[in-house]
Amino acid sequence: MDGMDDRTVENTREKQVAARDATYWAKAVSRLNVSNVPEGAINLNVTGKRLAGPIQGFGKMWQKTYQVSLPRERVSPMDLIATWKQRFPDFWPEGNSFYAPLTGIEPGEVALLNMTLPGKMKLSTGVMVLYADEESFTLMTPQGHMFAGWITFSATEVDGQTVAQAQVLMRASDPIFELGLTLGGHRQEDRFWNQTLTAVADHFGEFAEVDTQVVCVDKRRQWSRWSNVWHSSAIRSTGYMMGAPVRALRGLTRRSRMAG
Amino acid sequence: MTDATATFDVRRHGPASVVDIRGDVTAGSEDVLMSAYAAAGDAEAIVLNFSDLSYMNSGGIGLLVTLLVRANRRSQQLMAYGLSDHYRQIFELTRLDEAVSIHDSEQSALNAADAG
Repeated sequence: MDGMDDRTVENTREKQVAARDATYWAKAVSRLNVSNVPEGAINLNVTGKRLAGPIQGFGKMWQKTYQVSLPRERVSPMDLIATWKQRFPDFWPEGNSFYAPLTGIEPGEVALLNMTLPGKMKLSTGVMVLYADEESFTLMTPQGHMFAGWITFSATEVDGQTVAQAQVLMRASDPIFELGLTLGGHRQEDRFWNQTLTAVADHFGEFAEVDTQVVCVDKRRQWSRWSNVWHSSAIRSTGYMMGAPVRALRGLTRRSRMAG
Repeated sequence: MTDATATFDVRRHGPASVVDIRGDVTAGSEDVLMSAYAAAGDAEAIVLNFSDLSYMNSGGIGLLVTLLVRANRRSQQLMAYGLSDHYRQIFELTRLDEAVSIHDSEQSALNAADAG
């Protein structure tokens, strides 16, 4: 067994030199940091937060796959991904804003999001680019996001077609979001990604049906994660919105004093 | 992304099954990984050997999460060894290290499996 251990150590050293995917992954971070906040964006629930994957979430685990097929002669998988990265915010449904990092979709970059939830509730959150290569890119959520997990956008060639795909692997972050998903949130999310993929197809001059596959990977809820609610972007965003009149009044008073 | 470019060979060591991973792990590796998991049978611990991993993308990490769910469902521990610094960082980044115990060597993982 010692021989096996020596071989393990030797192989590990070799891999440290040879990792082919090294430039595609974000560097490890303990807490997120947003260096530039674009105009109109709200950095309320991102800076200082940790990333949260499907393991850290509360609700059932879901894998949702949305696909649309385009003729290969219209666009190659690599060109589609290049366009998707470049124009990512343009493909989002109306009422939701993705504030792309200045450097674009690159590993480690953080983007701020303003989302509209059922009941016209506004929610401020973000994502980090976990992985990005020529054929795919993945966004991972911070603590307090509606769900804990990641979304992978990819394109592949299948039978002469370029198949664009968005695949979400997630659990609702906390009990409130889990309830929200059950009460229409899943439908809204399906609609969101259907509209996104339709917009991608439309960009390449195609009208195409979006194929949706939903798999419940784990029916169990992780009750030990109920306290994730402390980070809830919904609660914090609502508090922020409710405090808007007070902030406006304070600003007005300050300006009046300065003028006087 | 859909082609399987990794192999997963299973060895049994007492209460643990060691899965030797070779090649590129992507979403396309799902069928071969799940076949290997089935071959691992009712082992109390599944030990993943990453010494010969040459490439892994986010689809590959997603597969490991799915494998973890299956192992948890059967009350099996999931362990890993042979990770380079780079892949250790990816485990930390994706917080997979909170659910998969990482060891420096096969012996260390097997000892932990015995103790568990």
